[in-house]
Amino acid sequence: MSSSTDADEKKKESFNAEAASLLVNNLRATFASGTTRSYEWRASQLKALIKLCDAHEQQIIDALYSDLAKPPLETVAYEIAMFKNSCKAALKELKRWMTSEKVKTSIATFPSTAEIVSEPLGVVLVISAWNYPFLLSLEPVIGAIAAGNALVLKPSEIAPATSSLLAKLLGEYLDNSCTRVVEGAVDETSALLQQKWDKIFYTGNGRVGRIVMAAAAKHLTPVVLELGGKSPVVVDSNIDLKVATRRIIAGKWGCNNGQACVSPDYIITTKDYAPKLVDSLKAELEKFYGKNPLESKDLSRIVNSNHFGRLTKFLDDEKVSGKIVFGGEKDESKLRISPTILLDIPRNSLIMREEIFGPLLPIITVDKLEESFDVINSGTKPLAAYLFTTNNKLKEQFVMNISAGGLVVNDTALHLAVNTLPFGGVGESGVGAYHGKFSFDAFSHKKAVLYRSFLGDAPVRYPPYTNIKMRLLKALVGGGLLGIIRALFGLS
Amino acid sequence: MEINGEFLEESVRELRQYFRSGSTRSVTWRKNQLTALLDLVHKNEDAISESLYQDLGKHPVEAFRDEIGAIGKSATYSLSCSDIPLLFFPAKGEVLAEPLVLALDPLIGAIAAGNVVVIKPSEQAPACSSFLANTIPRYLDSNAIRVIEGGAAVSQQLLLQKWDKIFFTGSPRVARFVMSAAAKNLTPVTLELGGKCPAILDSLTNPSDFKLAVKRIVGGKWGPCSGQACIGIDYVLVEEKVSSHLVELLKKIVRRFYGDNPLESKVISRIVNKQNFTRLCNLLKDPLVAASIVHGGSVEEKHLFIEPTILLDPPLDADVMTEEIFGPLLPIITVNKIGESIEFINSRPKPLAIYAFTKDETLKRRILTETSSGSVTFNDTMVQFLCDTLPFGGVGQSGFGRYHGKYSFDTFSHEKAVMHRSLCLEIEPRYPPWSKFKLEFLRLAYKLNYFGLLLHILGLKRYK
Repeated sequence: MSSSTDADEKKKESFNAEAASLLVNNLRATFASGTTRSYEWRASQLKALIKLCDAHEQQIIDALYSDLAKPPLETVAYEIAMFKNSCKAALKELKRWMTSEKVKTSIATFPSTAEIVSEPLGVVLVISAWNYPFLLSLEPVIGAIAAGNALVLKPSEIAPATSSLLAKLLGEYLDNSCTRVVEGAVDETSALLQQKWDKIFYTGNGRVGRIVMAAAAKHLTPVVLELGGKSPVVVDSNIDLKVATRRIIAGKWGCNNGQACVSPDYIITTKDYAPKLVDSLKAELEKFYGKNPLESKDLSRIVNSNHFGRLTKFLDDEKVSGKIVFGGEKDESKLRISPTILLDIPRNSLIMREEIFGPLLPIITVDKLEESFDVINSGTKPLAAYLFTTNNKLKEQFVMNISAGGLVVNDTALHLAVNTLPFGGVGESGVGAYHGKFSFDAFSHKKAVLYRSFLGDAPVRYPPYTNIKMRLLKALVGGGLLGIIRALFGLS
Repeated sequence: MEINGEFLEESVRELRQYFRSGSTRSVTWRKNQLTALLDLVHKNEDAISESLYQDLGKHPVEAFRDEIGAIGKSATYSLSCSDIPLLFFPAKGEVLAEPLVLALDPLIGAIAAGNVVVIKPSEQAPACSSFLANTIPRYLDSNAIRVIEGGAAVSQQLLLQKWDKIFFTGSPRVARFVMSAAAKNLTPVTLELGGKCPAILDSLTNPSDFKLAVKRIVGGKWGPCSGQACIGIDYVLVEEKVSSHLVELLKKIVRRFYGDNPLESKVISRIVNKQNFTRLCNLLKDPLVAASIVHGGSVEEKHLFIEPTILLDPPLDADVMTEEIFGPLLPIITVNKIGESIEFINSRPKPLAIYAFTKDETLKRRILTETSSGSVTFNDTMVQFLCDTLPFGGVGQSGFGRYHGKYSFDTFSHEKAVMHRSLCLEIEPRYPPWSKFKLEFLRLAYKLNYFGLLLHILGLKRYK
């Protein structure tokens, strides 16, 4: 037993700042050699990722089941299928993304032509999260590779089975001279963060997000931070309640049992409508998960005892005792908490102060639905906000007045799947965006290029400066042809 | 008035309240502000020129070309593009050697995007800073746009506040402080920094082309604020065999532009302050560097004046070749073959701009694909600044983020994703309880295999 511990210690010891530095230098040398630049290389890597999914689907399902008890259907639908689709879309668009964009020039720089060229940033770091450990590790990797970078992926140690599967599979399928996986926890991440990267892409929480950005600041490294927040659901009364309820359930408990960055966090509805909503939720929840949801195989478990403790504290808060109208059952040995609804909780309760990230759904009631906007705006900007209504005016006001990463009207979470929409936060919910072309752009530098010729040199630019030159320059920069003519003839 | 933490907190609170009132959201308000800004610039041209002359000894034509005209053009361009707003932030900027345009250009973007703004102009250009502090409140809505003057202490206080965006123009050293402070609140930043912008001069066979190239190099070195510009040429790379011809031409053109006594010519800016003057003089004190001077080198401390100075092959490890010069010293670095310039540039931090004078299409291609910089301009210098359709910003040590034209608007906006769904048309397989049927359905749906889906629904497809 001691020998395996020694081996483990050695393994842990070996990845320190020195090892990290060596790794980055190796990747920089490979990047400088130009390997990652060609379309062929990038396409081959994306194709390899698709093959990886096809050949190892069961292993991926098993790893996610081990880490989260994630139902196989959720893994297939939300992790594997979504990822494969992103890969295929990237492959299809890659040539177009790589083509430079011609832009117009004005009379101020006449004669000239101009374009914007996308080039890779260099060597990038992707730090992933535990809740969708497969998708959230590899989706940014698509962008990094499509944009032609070398990269290091640091999967979350809180999902260890997926982390080691990723290390193994990426090692087998991708070009190791350009793409590497570093497993580990705080020490390894700190060692990585000390290095100089050309971009850091982090998915996780605000506390660590600040640490990542502070580390990046030392090297002036740009970052994308995909964080979270309390994504509210505003529920109006004149809606198809059954459909709305099922969509709320799908977005809440159907997404890793509430442990998703875009899961509905809490509901706001009117005092009058709340009882109807609660009844509908109870009815549909039973249809989905049966009479004993604690045992349902269609729900993920809580990821670990840390988070289990965090969630039970919310329920133990004396401000919410007596407010549980459904669920509230727990099984610590299996790390399970049943779908739980709390009604009419005070705004200053513990559960309303931080992102829940679990299967507890508080309902806040207001007199008039318009008050919900104030409730939302009094908190920090969330990653997503949802509204169920058929009232067009309310929809307009919602879109205009609620600041969040993304908004969905009459559904939840789905905007993730639309790769023409940028996916990212604002304020506390994050910086930057990705998905689709936004991923490519996130990992690219858009270089401005101006082509001038040796013809057409305007003496007005150069000293000695005279009044005539001043007049001409005003006309030229001001951009009017008439003005230029007048200046030339001394008429201005 | 004392600018302390309390005053700033109160100011920020007032600005946020005004923002929440929604006044800055309307297209009318934004257009009014931009028009007022144009008015400010047009009606105060003389005062602006005077301030720039006081701070930097800048000639009015240079002031117009690089600052007044540029701002006027940017504001006019923004006014002509009516965009629908998305989401908004307060912003802040710090400025150095193009004190006016670098304070006001980002301001245009911030206003166009509907934000409330605090501007912190550079204390190193005090006349311009005062001008902005006194004039902006007279033209713009001071509920939304404030100017706060001061030095490092005030900047530090400002950085303690929570902003929705910080826009910084300046040096990498200060940028690190700004970004670290921003990290505490997860505030996104745009950093417009500098670098050693090289000019690659290929051997051009047509002598008049070569002459024109050198003329543009002179214009791009000493024209902007006597070399104190982030996109000014820092050094030149040229093949050994044409280096002496280059030096001769440079001397000739410098004499033509600035006269035999540049100090008296009044067409060249002076050094911004004592600190930078001393820094530049120290660069020349290194004996090996001093030995490489082929033109100029004289300094006049009273007027903070340094004459246009040309160095031929100074030692590569001297400060003059390892830090951004930001002054009127022009090193010429000779190489055997011009293609070696690429490796030279790549072994140094990524600059804000690369200039290349060449007609060789292969070399152009190589420069584009093998080097990395904020921008590349072929056969000219500086003018990319005027092109509003090109993003202006750096990469690596020269910064990140970009502005100008619509990019300014985007820099100060949040692009919010909005998805509308209808409540009809339900797809059952989205919901638990899960089954093999639903799994297969979703598989086929993701593959967009509509025919397969149809068969599946009709029960005609076999699945595992």
